[in-house]
Amino acid sequence: MEDLAARPAIIEVVQSPKRRRQERLPGEPRKVAYLYILPAFLIYAAFNLVPLVQGFNLSFYNWDGITTGQWVGLSNYRAVFSDPIIRDSYLHTLVLIVFYCFIPVAIGLLLAALLSRMRIRGLTVFRMLLFLPTVLTDVVLAFAWTWIYDPKGPLNNFLQDVHLGFLRRPWLGDFHTALPAVGLFGSWEEYGFCMILFIAGVMKIPASLYEAARVDGANAVREFFAVTLPGIRYELTVVVVLTMIDALGTFDEVYIMTNGGPGTATTVPAFEVYNRAFLTGQVGSAAAIGITLMVVVFAVSYGIAKVLEPKDA
Amino acid sequence: MNATTRRQAIINYALLVFFCFIALFPIFGVFIASVYPSGSQPSSFKLPSHFAFHNFVTAWTQGDFSMYFRSSAIVAVSVVVLATGLSVLGGYAFGTMRFRGSKVLFYTFILGLIIPTEATIVSLYYDIRSLNLIDTWTALILVEVSGAVAFGVFWMRAAFLSAPRSLLEAARIDGASTWQIMWRIMIPFGWPAILTLMVLTFADSWNEFFLALVLTTSNQHLTAPAGLQVFSGKYVTNTPLIAAGAVIVALPVVMVFLLLQRQFIRGVLTGAVKG
Repeated sequence: MEDLAARPAIIEVVQSPKRRRQERLPGEPRKVAYLYILPAFLIYAAFNLVPLVQGFNLSFYNWDGITTGQWVGLSNYRAVFSDPIIRDSYLHTLVLIVFYCFIPVAIGLLLAALLSRMRIRGLTVFRMLLFLPTVLTDVVLAFAWTWIYDPKGPLNNFLQDVHLGFLRRPWLGDFHTALPAVGLFGSWEEYGFCMILFIAGVMKIPASLYEAARVDGANAVREFFAVTLPGIRYELTVVVVLTMIDALGTFDEVYIMTNGGPGTATTVPAFEVYNRAFLTGQVGSAAAIGITLMVVVFAVSYGIAKVLEPKDA
Repeated sequence: MNATTRRQAIINYALLVFFCFIALFPIFGVFIASVYPSGSQPSSFKLPSHFAFHNFVTAWTQGDFSMYFRSSAIVAVSVVVLATGLSVLGGYAFGTMRFRGSKVLFYTFILGLIIPTEATIVSLYYDIRSLNLIDTWTALILVEVSGAVAFGVFWMRAAFLSAPRSLLEAARIDGASTWQIMWRIMIPFGWPAILTLMVLTFADSWNEFFLALVLTTSNQHLTAPAGLQVFSGKYVTNTPLIAAGAVIVALPVVMVFLLLQRQFIRGVLTGAVKG
């Protein structure tokens, strides 16, 4: 999962300029500002901007990490489309987007729709519990689910108990179920965050809007589309962008739960970057996958922000 | 409250409780698995007949977790202190001063939040290697601080921007220097935001796995999540011991979360839904 702290600011980047209020800063220009910014900027540039530029450069080489690299032009990028393993890793993220984004967002919206009509007692407690999967270490949660999916684990045991024993299988070792099993972990990890954000959004909607809708005789469904959904549009953008970024950048859970397997059934771009750069000596290819992933993340974030942007603002 | 709304309310609470239950049950499951007899194979969420709390002792001593915790603590504390300090300095300049290029510089910073680690990790590894910093805490600290300041500068700028202008102007008229204004006015004013930043940065650093996996090679410098992964490789079939290790690794963040959940949730909520 993407860093907790990255969440708010990503939205700042993808927000439409209109949303960014023009903030006038007080006082006369001060050169001393550069001094205050310098330390943060130096360390940020050294370990973010510089490696990015170098990575871009590396992506045009065929390099095993040891001998001298060979300039190969765009061939590492062409391989993103022609190499079946890389192509599959991107196709897998499409499946993961359904699990990491669509399903949790749907659950979140359903709850937001229902809860928009009432005051919730004990919200702090609900919020705390729902938030735990977001806070906890990916690695720990991935181990929990590896155990749940184990051939002799609780899931198979449960299926046996409810007379569905024929469904039992090694969920993470089966070519058909491994990817959805990882995806389901993602849905579980994300939905609490979606719910919390949507509930917070719903609570900001003025009660008068709901009263007006009710006076007009709107039923629950109409009310959802006319009042709730437009009211939480901003939260929706935030959640969709963040969960998509999480889906695209999946690494920890794949590494722990399946190591990309069985075969390459659950490999994802981040895993291919790691695998190629540090295990199989295809450094240039790894760099190209990393850069491609960044472009996709940019495009997706920007696209969603544009689509969901309020038209009237 | 009439009958329909009452029934609706009951359904809503039932759904909320249901989803909270789903969110918790794998977490409780790990805890239950961790107190099964070492070497056994827990296959359900049923409590064992007797609790093998000794697993925690075994995991802690045999799994080198005291060493991993030391690494994690050194890295996380350094990252929190450095990243918060640098972010306050930078955010203060962006939030209270006018200067040429401030917009471009600011967007350069928050661009860092969209740059995925996957795009930089390859050359980062070779950079760290040429600095002779592979397998050191310094490498993890530097790289994590570099990521954290991108958010921190954004966050502290927003906090300082919300300070009342009159406060700043008054101090300026009194002839206070920018340094004095920062310490005497802005830091006390922005303290809640600073605390939230520290909490989020701590959690992210403690949970970091990918960087530790790539930049660390010896057991001695592994952080807790990466250590857990090594531990699980050694005890592949011993689910209770792995689960005990997982509980140990999760504990610090859970404690910080329970103690400072207001800061946590405010950070992710008001931060994400600001404006």
